[in-house]
Amino acid sequence: MFELSALELSALICEKKMSVTEAVRAYIDVIKKSDNVYNAFVAISEEKALAVAADVQKRIDAGEKLSPLAGVPIALKDNISTLGIPTTCSSKMLSGYTPVYSATVVDRLEQAGLIVLGKLNMDEFGMGGSSETGFSGTVKNPWDVSRVAGGSSGGCAAAVAGGEIPLTLGSDTGGSIRQPCSFCGTTGIKPTYGAVSRYGLIAYASSMDQIGPIGRDVDDCAALLSVISGFDRKDSTCVIKKPFDFRSASSGDLSGVKIGLPRNYLEDGIDSSVKNAILTAAKEFEDSGAVVEEFEMPLTSYMIAAYYIIACAEASSNLSRYDGLKYGYRNPDAKSLADVYKLSRSEGFGLEVKRRIMLGSFVLSSGYYDAYYKKALKARALIKDAYNKLFELYDMVLSPIAPTTAYKLGENINDPMKMYLGDIYSVSVNLAGLPAVALPCGFDESGLPIGFQLVGDAFSENKLVDTARVYQHRTDFHKRKPPQIAF
Amino acid sequence: MKWETVIGLEVHTELLTESKIFCGCSAKFGGEPNTRLCPICTAMPGSLPVLNKRVLEYAMRLGIVLGCTISKSSKFDRKNYFYPDLPKAYQISQLYAPILRGGQLEIDLDGQKKAVRLREIHIEEDAGKLLHSGFGETHMDFNRCGVPLLEIVSEPDFSSGDEVLLYLEKLREILLYLGISDCKMQEGSLRADVNISVRQIGGELGVRTEMKNLNSFKAISRAIEYEADRQIGILESGGKIAQETLRWDDDIGESYSMRSKENAQDYRYFPEPDLLPINISEEWISEIRKDLPELAHQKRERYISEYKLSEFEASVITGHKNISDLYENISAHSNAPLESARLITGEVMRLMNQTNTLPEELSVDAQKLGTLVTLVTDGKINRGAYKQAVEAVFTEDVDPEDYISKNGLMMQNDSAAVKEAVSVIMAEQASAVSDYRSGKEKAFGFLMGQVMKKLGGTANPEAVKEMLKKELS
Repeated sequence: MFELSALELSALICEKKMSVTEAVRAYIDVIKKSDNVYNAFVAISEEKALAVAADVQKRIDAGEKLSPLAGVPIALKDNISTLGIPTTCSSKMLSGYTPVYSATVVDRLEQAGLIVLGKLNMDEFGMGGSSETGFSGTVKNPWDVSRVAGGSSGGCAAAVAGGEIPLTLGSDTGGSIRQPCSFCGTTGIKPTYGAVSRYGLIAYASSMDQIGPIGRDVDDCAALLSVISGFDRKDSTCVIKKPFDFRSASSGDLSGVKIGLPRNYLEDGIDSSVKNAILTAAKEFEDSGAVVEEFEMPLTSYMIAAYYIIACAEASSNLSRYDGLKYGYRNPDAKSLADVYKLSRSEGFGLEVKRRIMLGSFVLSSGYYDAYYKKALKARALIKDAYNKLFELYDMVLSPIAPTTAYKLGENINDPMKMYLGDIYSVSVNLAGLPAVALPCGFDESGLPIGFQLVGDAFSENKLVDTARVYQHRTDFHKRKPPQIAF
Repeated sequence: MKWETVIGLEVHTELLTESKIFCGCSAKFGGEPNTRLCPICTAMPGSLPVLNKRVLEYAMRLGIVLGCTISKSSKFDRKNYFYPDLPKAYQISQLYAPILRGGQLEIDLDGQKKAVRLREIHIEEDAGKLLHSGFGETHMDFNRCGVPLLEIVSEPDFSSGDEVLLYLEKLREILLYLGISDCKMQEGSLRADVNISVRQIGGELGVRTEMKNLNSFKAISRAIEYEADRQIGILESGGKIAQETLRWDDDIGESYSMRSKENAQDYRYFPEPDLLPINISEEWISEIRKDLPELAHQKRERYISEYKLSEFEASVITGHKNISDLYENISAHSNAPLESARLITGEVMRLMNQTNTLPEELSVDAQKLGTLVTLVTDGKINRGAYKQAVEAVFTEDVDPEDYISKNGLMMQNDSAAVKEAVSVIMAEQASAVSDYRSGKEKAFGFLMGQVMKKLGGTANPEAVKEMLKKELS
């Protein structure tokens, strides 16, 4: 069963060739065996999962029409609130915190008959690109366990690549779904901002955070996205009217599709293996009938700065509620209110989180607001305009996700600037609120996966998924497995 | 040197919505601590605010009445600060694009009209309450977190405490009549911060201080007087005023410094990313305008023209929203607007004075009073019984019909009984009878009283009068 995609597994279960409980037990066993190596999971909720599995089996047996993913085990990034299951964002600050409510996406998974097996490791509060900054330890890349899995949804990508789970939900604020997909050879979708409810997603940068699927192929991810997307009155920014419907099969032909390829993304600072894989992917699209045209991506020098200013500003405010008073970590020796705040936050947050809180507080403080935050908002508006103009010319933009493949554990952790610059291809998508699919497209000379992204106009997920399906139909990168994996 | 005081006001008023501003919890005052909570108003990680539409409608009502410009697209901002009563560690407020700008409120200064200009009115959420146990413990009560507030910011257009009080009274009247706030200072649903500076008449504006913790109109007026004197004293002795925030202590009648300008908080305002801009259409504004509740002066005019009340009665009744509500309910129940007005201006006012009841505390049952009005206008009870029953309803909330029957107050129209009583009294009071017959009119009243008393106070006085006249002639 481990070689099956999520959709295939669900079909098998619905045909009564396997029970939900069997599937759940089998995956829990795998996780227990292999996760001491990958450290992708921060919590396994075995008891609850088995109870839910029995319930889902009853619903299937009763003939209830659930979803094409009914009976499928799933795991969630640890910033998605789950009633009764601890949710920590891989932070000491939230150690011991168990939500009293579930995120909207979790309710939708339950309705659709998916079974949550556990929670996945990440960079603390989503801040990082290597899944090394969390309180729960470093996530290892299944393709080479001396290397990072990417981040911040590193636990999601590693768990899928390592065969521990067929499907996951991650979140993407500045590339956090796409970059670990690129590093681990998995497929992911970062939805349009406002397509998936953020209710229950523990906020990093509210104006960019978006939940999305990470899985083995685009069909599984699309099926999951149609389960979780759709209007939610609990999230005012969730403006989509109804869930996506990806059921209609694509024609296999991309004639008439125009794809833009940003020439300047492939010039400086990119590994040649990554560049070559991107160009090969472009060729693949041309062979499928699409027109690929190079263009110059404008405003690239503003993207990183604008992203980090806005994201950190919002984070500094979002993370202020962790004061040691209501839940999570509190320094036990604090004697005064000021000490509770100071000591709990100093000890509860990790270095990268503190760096971003400081940066965000600084850019919002009086006297600096105009020079930094306001300017970043202007840059953001210009970037949105630039994308709008691009989509008058192209149906989508094909680009690398990260300039390199997965680097060694600890290699960049003390060089935040280098880490931030690694986000150059991904952050503008979040600033503009656009959707993107991340797909594997090759390997470097060390056998490490390489991914690319297709970025589309707002709410053009159907077009992106169709195009991605054609690509995965013609290639098998998404089917390759790390050498030591048995599934 | 001649000094003048320059005062500006920031009034916070809690809105009377059913639910809180960003969640479905009850927005009512009080309640057992921490019983009106949910993940949103306690800022559980991942929860998100959703704006209560009613808050916008209430703000629009006030904006229309005060002649403010209603913004077609206003926005929310976050005001960041750490304090245990603020679980998100930021207050959702409006800094950059408030819903209402401009407008004015006219006050009447001994017949002279003065327009106080408004700078802006914005929407924000209230914080929770800290309860200090006195044993070095502080407890948090989050019930008030997320109760909607309007902050009404005036221009520095006041020059005395009297003007400030007139403005507050007028503002309170409008808020009450619009039905958007209950304006109870003692419960904190109306709060005012006062900005004060002094200057030589016509001179440059002086440095201002801000006074907080003003919990009654009296405290406001005392604090203004105190602070103006303090500032003048400093300036006349050659000193300088420090820009600072002061806290008023009404028990000792003094203020003390909370924080100086140097220690002013940097709230790091920025646009609230969890809420979309508020779009208000012309159609929506005209809908609100159409359904605007009647204000005091409109009611006053209607009472005079429609119900033929006197100017005095109409003014007394519209003196407070609760009284005019009571009046309208009694009147609707009894269908006797004139008699109802007489009840309010007479017995009800008397009983309120007698029991020290403020209009905002008025809780008498209008239906019950309406029943009594009907009984007296239908001639079922006489005036004496009516007064007695009104008092019993007012003070003990008795059931009026029950009370009347239990106390035998129903009017007696039994002519045989009246005739019997008249002849008994005429026999008993022979001297008064002869006094009357010899032309002493006053004796009639005495005899009347005796007969009424004999009949237990419940007889129809008209019937007694008629019978007595007949028998005496």
